Amino acid sequence: MAQSLRENLQTVADPVHLQSTVEEVFGTMLGAQCEMVPCTGAVASETITSVVGFGGILTGACVFRCNSDTALVIAARLTGMSFTDLDDTVKDAIGEICNMLAGAWKGKVPDLSAQCGLSIPAVITGSNYNIHVQAPEFRLHHCYRFESSHFEVTIICDGLQ
Amino acid sequence: MSEIRVLIVDDSSVMRKIVERALRQAGLDPLVVLEAGSGVEGLDALRNNAVQLILSDINMPSMDGLEFLRQLRAQKLADGVPVVMITTESSEEHVRQAIQSGAQGYIRKPFTAEQVKERVLPLIAA
Repeated sequence: MAQSLRENLQTVADPVHLQSTVEEVFGTMLGAQCEMVPCTGAVASETITSVVGFGGILTGACVFRCNSDTALVIAARLTGMSFTDLDDTVKDAIGEICNMLAGAWKGKVPDLSAQCGLSIPAVITGSNYNIHVQAPEFRLHHCYRFESSHFEVTIICDGLQ
Repeated sequence: MSEIRVLIVDDSSVMRKIVERALRQAGLDPLVVLEAGSGVEGLDALRNNAVQLILSDINMPSMDGLEFLRQLRAQKLADGVPVVMITTESSEEHVRQAIQSGAQGYIRKPFTAEQVKERVLPLIAA
């Protein structure tokens, strides 16, 4: 009999999956080599956050956050265009990055890939805000750098079958 | 070479641009791209335009890519036109559903221009 996802928690929550997901998405779509760096806790004055929800045998969210300069770089690399402010195309680009991260991450665990759906990305801009989940099953939080750009990726799981 | 007309269906305008760029890098030239932000818009576009290839996302609001594909076949729009799904959903089950609904190809995001070329060119040439 197949193990439940909860019995496979160690595999699902393995940080290696998140790291390889980030390398795959940024390497393939932006041609960028990402380096994992310590999370300092310093928050830029203006940030952009994209959230893609998980539903099904795992519930939770993939959260991508960066400052506005990094968002402009990512959008430019994805589209081949240049941007000067956080317009709708830049927000769309950050939503798509989060969507690809969420999809590629759940694709690392076969049971999760087939039985966990993704929401449409939601994008938040502003300053001095936090996303809080009460008593998550697990939380992975990684910080990365490529060239001079920094970003954070968080996987929050608040329900597991 | 006569122009190649392609419909790209994706709720993300950025992803539509990325797919278009990958098609150009794959050597599809001259290329005419029609864009739709949902399955509903995709069906509307096909009522008034002939295309040789359709590329569609799966996760979209209002009408997702699989329903778009089923409607496309049910309404006999774009008969015989190959459809390739481009999506973050990568499980065997999603691929099976897409093929059963009438897709000829499947590209998982993230993707390279080379992967788009490998999946798309044989369908255009057929």
